[in-house]
Amino acid sequence: MNIFKLIPTHVLAVWRRNFLVWKKLAGASMLGNFGDPFLYLLGLGYGLGLYIGDMNGIPYMAYLASGILCSSAMNTATFESLYSAFTRMNQQGTWESMLATPVRVHEIIAGEQIWAATKSLISGTAIFLVAGLLGGIQQWDTALFALPIIFLIGLAFAGPALAICAISPSYDFFLYYFTLAVTPMFLFCGVFYPIDTLPAFVQMVAQVLPLTHAVALIRPLLTEMPLTMPLLHIGVLALYAVGGFALASRLATRRLLR
Amino acid sequence: MSEAVVSAKNVVKAFADRQVICGIDFDIRPGICFGILGPNGAGKTTLMRMLLGLSPVTSGDYTLFGKAVSDASIHARVGVVPQLDNLDPDFSVRLNLKVYAGYFGISAKEAEPRIEELLEFAALTSRGNDQVATLSGGMRRRLMVARALINNPDLIVLDEPSTGLDPQARHLIWQRLRSLKAHGKTLILTTHYMEEAAELCDELIVLDRGKILTRGSPHALIKAHVEAEVVAIRGLSNALDADELCDGLDIRRDHIGDTWFCYTNDARALVARCSERPELTFIHRPASLEDVFLKLTGRDMRDEA
Repeated sequence: MNIFKLIPTHVLAVWRRNFLVWKKLAGASMLGNFGDPFLYLLGLGYGLGLYIGDMNGIPYMAYLASGILCSSAMNTATFESLYSAFTRMNQQGTWESMLATPVRVHEIIAGEQIWAATKSLISGTAIFLVAGLLGGIQQWDTALFALPIIFLIGLAFAGPALAICAISPSYDFFLYYFTLAVTPMFLFCGVFYPIDTLPAFVQMVAQVLPLTHAVALIRPLLTEMPLTMPLLHIGVLALYAVGGFALASRLATRRLLR
Repeated sequence: MSEAVVSAKNVVKAFADRQVICGIDFDIRPGICFGILGPNGAGKTTLMRMLLGLSPVTSGDYTLFGKAVSDASIHARVGVVPQLDNLDPDFSVRLNLKVYAGYFGISAKEAEPRIEELLEFAALTSRGNDQVATLSGGMRRRLMVARALINNPDLIVLDEPSTGLDPQARHLIWQRLRSLKAHGKTLILTTHYMEEAAELCDELIVLDRGKILTRGSPHALIKAHVEAEVVAIRGLSNALDADELCDGLDIRRDHIGDTWFCYTNDARALVARCSERPELTFIHRPASLEDVFLKLTGRDMRDEA
């Protein structure tokens, strides 16, 4: 089966199902989206910012806000594609009920991936507003371009996370992914400090990780830092999004259609 | 005769280490209720999963409406009632149907009158806005049947439709399924309730270890495989005692636990003898599909596999 042959109404129906569930609990969910990054920005942006002053020539609050925007897009899409998707796949039989209809596995994966990116966009917009209020956005004219990029970042992280979901025997398994992939990216991909302060070897590893490229795109859009090689960064994120989708579709097919 | 809805020719399903369906053939005519019976691990579920495109066919021809079961387009004409509840717990009864209609590309506007019809059919109209979690087991199962009908399918596939339901709920489901058949739908159901199969099925196959043991109508199977009447007797002290009781009568005997099952075409003499012995408790009944099933698949316990 060609996994890139997607019927849009099928993908949309999967997306819409998740959206309707989210809508019911939107209040509680939004609070979570605001809460964590808000605390990071306040605690680190103000607290640490006072000692650090400028970083790479821009105020630390602005430096950090763009980083946190990226890492929260990563976290939101990853959580949705691991825990929530696993619940739908394994506990609630939601995917199975979809497979009794014309919707196929790769269309479920596409719908889930786009939904996870939508959630990244929702929480990203929330942080965007908080950052704006706290003085974390220096350039409002280019800053709005960050929103579609956040959606792309969501896709780039949802794809690989769905692949992990598709091979996971239980929720516990996700801890490996967090410890081995998500947390290292959070700490070493330029969210808190420039990666050129890291040893050369670590820098090389960081260059193949999607969060590095997410930060390299978002930070110049929000601050006065210059934007370099935007197409490369977009390309890497797109590669993770498409590659993750292809892998997740294959693995989910193997798991569900035995 | 019109063309078969489902046709299986030498269908095989093999996993790495074993064959679970060992080359079986059957046809399902339109408009009938077709039963797939068998003990746990017989291959019923695999046969159904393959039919629904959820499990690749290893070899053989397995077709639905004349197309290979792997063809995704056939799903538009099929409704599925799974054994395990996979309703959306976050949604109301109506929203469950509406979202499900979306998977078939049915618009909300188109779906609305259909949903009201189906709620009526499932006797759930008054519960339409309630959360699924508040429904009883019978209501949830009826909702799953209603959901399977959202696309107005020609074929409805049901996996153990009345397992876990109380008698009232079960009879209501059966009645609804019969009315579907009356409307020209084809039904396929797996069950290990023989009563259910006898109530609903026009034709059935008995499956064991991936092979078809027998096939036919419930009535024909009873006639072909077992004697007309059964007397189940408890209180006999041993086999010798049983021999004595049945002495001179044309009786086939089966012994399980503390009960002797005596199969015969005329039980009058045996019943008379039993009545003379007050220490015996016995039940005299016509033979049922269950007797056929037990005769064919054996009385030994199976491991779930």
